[in-house]
Amino acid sequence: MGKVKVRKGFQQARWNEPIIYEMSTPGQRAIYVPQPDEEIRVKAGDVLADLPVGMRRKELPNLPELSQKHVLMHYLHLSQETMGSNICHDISEGTCTMKYNPRINEELVSLPNFAELHPCQDEDTVQGIMEIYYKFEQIIKEISGMSRVTFQPGGGNAAVYTAASTVRAYWESKGELDKRNEIITTIFSHPCDAAAPHTAGFKVITLYPDKNGFPDIEALKAAVSEHTAAIFMTNPEDIGLFNPRVDEFVKIVHSVGGLCFYDQANANAFLGVARARDAGFDMCHFNVHKTFGTPHGGSGPANGAFCCSEELTKFLPVPTVEFDGAKYFLNYDRPESIGKVRDFMGTAGVIVRAYAWTMMMGPEGLRDCADASIINNNYMEKKMMEIPGLSSAFMGNGYRRQEQIRYSWEKLKRDTGIGTNEINNRVVDYGLPHYWTSHHPWEIPEPMTLEPCETYSKDDIDEYVETIKIIAKEAYEQPELVMAAPHKAASHKRNDEESLDDPEKWALTWKVYLRKHGKK
Amino acid sequence: MSKYVNPYIPNSVPDEKEKMLQEIGITSVEDVFREIPEHLRFRGQMNIPPAFASEYEMRRHVEGLLAKNKSCKDYLNFLGAGTWQHYVPAVVDTIISRDEFLTAYVGDAYGDHGKFQALFETSSMIAELVGMEAVSTPTYDWANAIAISCRMAVRMSGRKQVLVAGTISPGRLAVVKNYCKPEIKVELLKYDTETGLIDLKDLESKISSETAAVYFENPSYLGFIETEGMKVSEIAHKSGAEVIVGVDPSSLGVLAPPSEYGADIVCGEYQPFGIHMQWGGGLSGFIATRDDKKYVAEYPSLLFGLTTTTEEGEYGFGEVYYERTSYASREKGKDFIGTTTALYGIAAGVYMALLGPQGMKDLGEGIMQRVQYTMGLLSEIKGLKVPVIKSPSFKEFLVNFDGTGKTVAQINKALLDKKIFGGKDLSKEFPEYGNSALYCITEIHTKADLKTLALALEEVTK
Repeated sequence: MGKVKVRKGFQQARWNEPIIYEMSTPGQRAIYVPQPDEEIRVKAGDVLADLPVGMRRKELPNLPELSQKHVLMHYLHLSQETMGSNICHDISEGTCTMKYNPRINEELVSLPNFAELHPCQDEDTVQGIMEIYYKFEQIIKEISGMSRVTFQPGGGNAAVYTAASTVRAYWESKGELDKRNEIITTIFSHPCDAAAPHTAGFKVITLYPDKNGFPDIEALKAAVSEHTAAIFMTNPEDIGLFNPRVDEFVKIVHSVGGLCFYDQANANAFLGVARARDAGFDMCHFNVHKTFGTPHGGSGPANGAFCCSEELTKFLPVPTVEFDGAKYFLNYDRPESIGKVRDFMGTAGVIVRAYAWTMMMGPEGLRDCADASIINNNYMEKKMMEIPGLSSAFMGNGYRRQEQIRYSWEKLKRDTGIGTNEINNRVVDYGLPHYWTSHHPWEIPEPMTLEPCETYSKDDIDEYVETIKIIAKEAYEQPELVMAAPHKAASHKRNDEESLDDPEKWALTWKVYLRKHGKK
Repeated sequence: MSKYVNPYIPNSVPDEKEKMLQEIGITSVEDVFREIPEHLRFRGQMNIPPAFASEYEMRRHVEGLLAKNKSCKDYLNFLGAGTWQHYVPAVVDTIISRDEFLTAYVGDAYGDHGKFQALFETSSMIAELVGMEAVSTPTYDWANAIAISCRMAVRMSGRKQVLVAGTISPGRLAVVKNYCKPEIKVELLKYDTETGLIDLKDLESKISSETAAVYFENPSYLGFIETEGMKVSEIAHKSGAEVIVGVDPSSLGVLAPPSEYGADIVCGEYQPFGIHMQWGGGLSGFIATRDDKKYVAEYPSLLFGLTTTTEEGEYGFGEVYYERTSYASREKGKDFIGTTTALYGIAAGVYMALLGPQGMKDLGEGIMQRVQYTMGLLSEIKGLKVPVIKSPSFKEFLVNFDGTGKTVAQINKALLDKKIFGGKDLSKEFPEYGNSALYCITEIHTKADLKTLALALEEVTK
């Protein structure tokens, strides 16, 4: 291309789609369940009569009744009112690494040889899927430098909880769990690095940044003690800064006997460039659904690969996938295992897709991801910094940003009263998805976190920057336009935000909506 | 950066990359990593397989690996035990393979209005099936939903013990135990091996003012229906404990909603509703309660609510009571929340909408009829004991092979030669039932399939 295009004429599908219950017509059918043969019905008799009255459903469930075309059409409309990353430039999702999700991988996971596998099948009949698990584990081991990997966690947070469970088991095995009750994290690590250890029973200590935005190493020195069970930290952190003293952090925690967990949600920045184990970490994880090109599904199915050093492998969840040189098998015989973090073997579809993606990348392609992500991000930063009213976290500290940046609309808000939430509503009007502001608390005022990963071209980035520039200009010149946004999205702005926090008004289901607000 | 132009990386075109490097004022790609100290740098090439040069070659490779599997399409399958083979209507696959849904993520309810509405509708429909009013966005799986429910009950009451029906699946129990550690004591309740039902005397002896919740499943892992659910609830409520009931919702066209026999929290599994088994990767859980702030305040999950917009008559959606979550409040939030299984939640919604009220009843009744019929066929085979558990079953039931002189493992190996996946071997999980297997029958099984099973079992147990 070359010429920067901004989608000024964009209009998202807006179907004013009724709630499916409002489309219901008694008696309509969308599909028939295969009914048993006459002989079966006769021989079985009245099976419901065997149920005690209190256990029998008295009336048919209140589900909508539609013909098949109308169910299909309804959900097609709803899909069109959703902005998947494959249909737009999802540079918006900083910390989330929204990559292209290749269609070929969807075809592979639709094959009956995968889709119709039961998890309890005889091992001889699932050699193929186990081989994929095993091979992908070898790949993840090589990328991280760790000794073993489990793909059982259902997402990144579940992998972090697996790490916390492992820390618990480690200290329990040493008989020191009562004393080792603190886990240290940093404020710019993902909230799960605080929340998952807390759920696992640990007290959480949070480190705040120094003047350059790095976790304060002096604060760490003051925090470690004989109570330190572990540190859970991200790097680069969610503001895009790579902590160059990360190995010193590890050494400080190790010096008091603590374990070190590396949250690698942001791994796209260093694939083939740096490895968790080489920096001394005992554990790390990957968000397989982010870094390895699998679709996010609107928030899952996801997969978290939890990786650990040799010393900690005995605590891994059961089963592990093993290979004896001839055959793959599941190993449940792990007496010190933490047990399970998800039923069966995890979201296998994510692993098949991720394996396929990795086999299209190879070692060079993985490294290219890191290169392209950082070049893209630095290119984007330079252009973004020309936008009036915009700054970034710890701007001017002299350190290059890695794969993402946390920007700030603080000045714009001061100048115009328009902050990041309003800008975020307006980007949709130009065909871009809502962006990620920041987890809470907002340490960086009016945040906007963008991540132009390797999927995006120079033209995509230019379009994104130009769009943001136009919106900033609008904020200064026509603030009411931005205030009232979105105008071209599938729905308009909510007019009663408080109702979502008010137990008298909130409605999590249609029947509650009808009860509280009456039929419209 | 290599010279190869990667189809997934537009800026791997050398000229483009060069333009961008110039723009940011650096000459070497290495310079972009200057912030990573040399001693932390990985040098050389990772020892992982080289990339395939084309999509076609990669496809052949992965297809080749998957071809080593035998699927439940090739074989006649009678395995259940937590992942079940049901028919997946074509419309479900069409919808969840749409790139808009498939590749969406965490956008707000303006650009992602449709995703919010779809998940709100899923909640609305499952709420009808279970007889509740508030429903979480999907959890990782049923096991995760139980664990969260237990922690909700513990936070509400400050009590630290949870009593769980002893017939719970070992897989789910392992997840719950790990998730409840260290402060919550998970204790199993005895059950009557004849009926499978919770031993009410044992419940009465174990329950106390320390009990936060009593958990049981309907249908249970062993397939029978916990017919005394109401009595269990009464005992639990008398002690001020919450009643948590886990359900396989494919039963709810015929079984009473758990709210009718005392459930305070209902959790369960969406997988039977239009999600392929995927080697157990198709799981997706849910949690439902009354619409009472006491409960709603304890959900860790995102909750999607229906509201209004500036446009008269237009629906809007948003996140309800967001402050509860760890996204908002880090370790002060409820447990933790992250990416779970939203797309499967959408699939389940499409499935419920397709089946409708009559379809849901037909599903449950048809399954129960097949189960009854199959039990009849198998009970005529010498050496087989069916039923093992005397309470009515839904879609799974035990078959005991003690009288055949063969182990379940031997029988299942022999069935494999006949292209049949026999029921799950329970001889280690539930040794009190001897050499028993858990058989699962669903609407996919025809009369011929069931007769094939009976004939095969007769042959292999001779």
